[in-house]
Order: sequence, then structure tokens, then C-alpha cells
Amino acid sequence: MARRRYSVFALAREALRYHAGWERAWNSPAPKSRYDVIIIGAGGHGLATAYYLGKNFGITNVAVLEKGWLGGGNTGRNTTIIRSNYLQDPSAAIYEKARSLYETMSQDLNMNVMFSPRGVIMLAQTEHEVRGYQRTAHANSLQGVQTEFISPARVKQLVPIMNIDGPRYPVLGGLWQERGGTARHDAVAWGYARACSGMGMDIIQQCEVTGIRREGGKVTGVTTTRGDIGCSKLGIVVAGHSGVMAEKAGFRLPIESLALQALVSEPIKPCMDVVVMANTVHGYMSQSDKGEMVIGGGTDGFNNYTQRGSFHHIEETLRALVETFPVISRLKMLRQWGGIVDMTGDRSPIISKTPLGGCFVNCGWGTGGFKAIPGSGWAMAELIAKGEPGPLAAEFGLNRFAEGRFIDESVAAGVAH
Amino acid sequence: MLILRCPYCGVSGEETEFHAGGEAHLKRFGPGSSDAEFEAYLFQRENPKGVHFERWRHVNGCGKWFHAARCTATLEVFGTYPAQSTEPPADLRKAISAKRPGWKWREFS
Ligand SMILES: Cc1cc2nc3c(=O)[nH]c(=O)nc-3n(C[C@H](O)[C@H](O)[C@H](O)COP(=O)(O)OP(=O)(O)OC[C@H]3O[C@@H](n4cnc5c(N)ncnc54)[C@H](O)[C@@H]3O)c2cc1C
Ligand SMILES: [Zn+2]
Repeated sequence: MARRRYSVFALAREALRYHAGWERAWNSPAPKSRYDVIIIGAGGHGLATAYYLGKNFGITNVAVLEKGWLGGGNTGRNTTIIRSNYLQDPSAAIYEKARSLYETMSQDLNMNVMFSPRGVIMLAQTEHEVRGYQRTAHANSLQGVQTEFISPARVKQLVPIMNIDGPRYPVLGGLWQERGGTARHDAVAWGYARACSGMGMDIIQQCEVTGIRREGGKVTGVTTTRGDIGCSKLGIVVAGHSGVMAEKAGFRLPIESLALQALVSEPIKPCMDVVVMANTVHGYMSQSDKGEMVIGGGTDGFNNYTQRGSFHHIEETLRALVETFPVISRLKMLRQWGGIVDMTGDRSPIISKTPLGGCFVNCGWGTGGFKAIPGSGWAMAELIAKGEPGPLAAEFGLNRFAEGRFIDESVAAGVAH
Repeated sequence: MLILRCPYCGVSGEETEFHAGGEAHLKRFGPGSSDAEFEAYLFQRENPKGVHFERWRHVNGCGKWFHAARCTATLEVFGTYPAQSTEPPADLRKAISAKRPGWKWREFS
């Protein structure tokens, strides 16, 4: 089942025969009656979990079930910002693990995920943010995460199109991570899917899980729109739908589902080669390889499963960004969309055992989980394979809410990513 | 864009006139409660895909808090009612049942 490698030679070979020889990147088999492990949700986190189950633990009798199409959830809807300069130790550890895995992902998966470590600046536009980011920079140097607090002049040097003297939101400095950046979101999902399929796993799209079968406090399988499928272990990795799935498994989660939106402008010539995040005004922007300005905002305030957000949130984001980037004021916006993000009270994820035996959950990545995909998959695979969390996942258990042991990233890490 | 009607001043307005305040009818637990009860009160939410009872405040208006029933899968607003209610009014529940047969929400359905 091994896939033919992608390479410059493959490209040349196919160019000479009208690209007639490319094979499908992954198989689409009918579900078997049972698997060792079933993962619900073929987003980045679910696929990465399956990948590391195979790669790190040799568990390949695995199915990934997806109700829509692969990567069609938040993984294919996000603004792809990757960074690891979070405040708390457990976060820095898992996000830095993920960021470092992104560095070699294209080689590891033999798929060009276009990881572009162009650098990420988080603007400090209030005194509070200046202090917060300086604190983060100090914490990061203790954690071994490379990041620095830079002056307004250096911000201006990195981003000449920025107005750093805005009347309402002057730029007072920035937290700069030079090896942060972006990657191609679809390619991340496709790369993992192809590698999983290559290991003999089944990726089954158009297969919605409608129930979770259990016996004697343990999971025995799932009911789906394509029939019943048995399993010994189950991973629920469905982001915005985590609460819905947990209810079917008989427990509740400290999660609320909200809409988060993004939009892109018409393409323009290269004008900004780093990612800029402005958390005070809930806006962030980067320029895609096609030249579009990719812009994200904040979440709506109310529970929502419609993948559609409120117009005034986009308006607020753009109003604030126009002050910081006057050159974008006359750009036309081409597309706008929303995703349903899974928010926890401390804005940190959950990678955990659950009250149901053999059932594990990975969720709560909220507005910022694209950057975490490889690290999260690594940690979740370890949890499923061993039944107990390893060092990366240990602090992210569900019990932290009962114990008051929060991993608070809501203030110092900014609102969004 | 949601359109909500404030049950106090009677004004109907777009959602920019209001502020969302999260799940309604939470039962408050304090000192003397079990750890599980306190955790559930603080963190666990119904978060349903469907009928949701929630709190809103008429911030750019009379300033009062009130309750709304809304569908999170379609954004349809079923109705609003005063915050001084421990449960959704019977006629509203009936109206919801007509539109969403079999809906569930804690003990209110
Ligand atoms: C607009 C926007 C911008 C963002 N920007 C960034 C950013 O710049 N940087 C960053 O790091 N993060 C960002 N994020 C967050 C990031 O996208 C998510 O945290 C991440 O993609 C979550 O991945 P996932 O695999 O957990 O979820 P998803 O990709 O949503 O995958 C979950 C999958 O589960 C499937 N599913 C659900 N229910 C069922 C069922 N019953 N049966 C079968 N399958 C089911 C869904 O169809 C879906 O495909 C952004 C999110 C949004 C919405
Ligand atoms: Zn009012």
C-alpha cells in the first residue's frame, strides 16, 4: 500500500506523460466491521493522532471517520498562524513540540506543507500588553522557547506598511518569534491522510458517527451513517462538535462552541513578509503566497454551530486593522467564512481520559489549534496507545477543572492565537 | 445578525444593541456543595446543537438582563422572557416543541 514518493523526478516523469500517472493520495475503503482504534474526526488533530499511533506505536488497525470531507472543519478554515511563545510551561512544551515538528513535516510526510517560518509579531498596543508580553518573553527564555520582546522601531523595520503611531492603538512594542509562521492547512491534512493510508489505515469520509456503543462502562464501538463499527479504543477529536459527541458517550465537557471568522482580500503585490497579530483589537493579518491579505478576527459572543458569524465582528476587526495598516483601506475583500471553535474556560486544550473506559478526548483547541496539530497528535497517540497520558498531555486532563489547576492562557497569550 | 426583543422595554433590535451572557438557568452551588457540583456549575455547559436558553443584556438600551431561547443550529430566536424566571415560560416551551419536536434541555423539555 506504500505510496509512490513525490519528488522532482516524479514531477518530471508526470510532466512527460500529461500527468496521467498520479495515483490517488489515499484510499477510500468501505468500513470494516471492527478496528483496534477508531478516531472520530478527520481534521488535523484526528489525522495526526492516527499517524503517530502508527509511526510511534506500530498501531495501524485504525480507522478515521469523518462526517464531511477530510480537513473540511476548522483545519481547512483557519488562518494558519504557527507559533509557540505561550506563557505557561505545559503550553510552551506542547506548542514548541508542534512547531519543531512543523519544521520537518514536509520531509516526514513527503508532502509539501509549505511551512513558512517567516516570523510572527504580536503587537503590544497597551501598557498592559507590554508587561504581559515581557513576562511571556522571560517565561519563554526559561522554557527554551526562542522569542524576544522588540521595540516599536524594530516592528516598523519588519513591517514598513504599519502605522505605529495610530491615535487609538499606538504600537508600544511586540513579541517576536522568528521561527513562527504559516503553513498550507489543506496540505497538512492531506499529508497526514496520505501517510496514514500508506500505513494501511482506513480514512472514511461521508461517515457521520451518530452514537457511541458501550458495555459495562467501556466503549465497544460506534454507530454511523455507514453502519455499526466495533473498536477497542475510541478517540473523539471533533473540535466544535465535542460537546455533541460527549453527550452521546454519556459525559459532559467544559466546552462551549462559538463561531470564529476569517476573510481574504483581493491579491496584491508582496507588501508584508511576516505575520502580525494585534490582540487588543482582535485582528491578525498575513499575506498568502497568492498575494491575498489573510485576516482573522475574534469570536462571536454566543453559542453557535452554523459556521457563520456576525457581520459586525468583521467590521470591528477591519476598522481596527485599517488604523494600523492604512494601505489596506481600499482593498476589496474576496471571501469570508466561519468555523465552529471549541472554547474552554482557561483557553487551553483538553487531551484526556474520560469517564467512559477506552474513550479518549482531544478538544478545546479553540481559536488556536492549527499550530498544535503535530504535537497534539503525538500526545494523543501516546495517551491512546498506553491508556495513560505522557509528559506532553499530563497537564491537559479533564480533572484540572475540578482541581482548579488551570493552564491560563486567556490573558498573556492574547485573545486569539 | 440576530434580532432580539427586550422583554422589559419592548424594543426589538439587532444583536449589536445587546450583549450575550452565556447559558441561562444555571443552578448556583457554593460552600458546602460537592466538588463535582461546584465544577459542573462553574465549567460544564449544555452547549447543545439545537435549542439553547441563554442570558442577554440590553446594553445599548435599558440595560436590563433577560433570557432568550434560540436555536444554535439555525440561529432562529424562539422568544425572550424576563430574567426573573427560574424556568422558560410554558407557552414558549410549547412553541419550541411545535418547531423542534423532541428537543432536550436539562429538566425543562
Ligand atoms: C477562522 C479561524 C481561524 C483560525 N486561525 C488559526 C490560526 O491562525 N492558527 C491556529 O493555530 N489555529 C487557528 N484556528 C484554530 C484551528 O483551526 C483549530 O484549532 C484546529 O484546526 C482544530 O483542528 P481539529 O482537527 O481539532 O478540528 P477540525 O478540523 O474541525 O476537525 C474536526 C472534524 O470532525 C468532524 N466531525 C464532527 N462531528 C463528527 C461526527 N459526528 N462524525 C464524524 N466526524 C465528525 C468534522 O466534520 C471535522 O472535519 C482558527 C480557526 C478558525 C475557525
Ligand atoms: Zn430593554
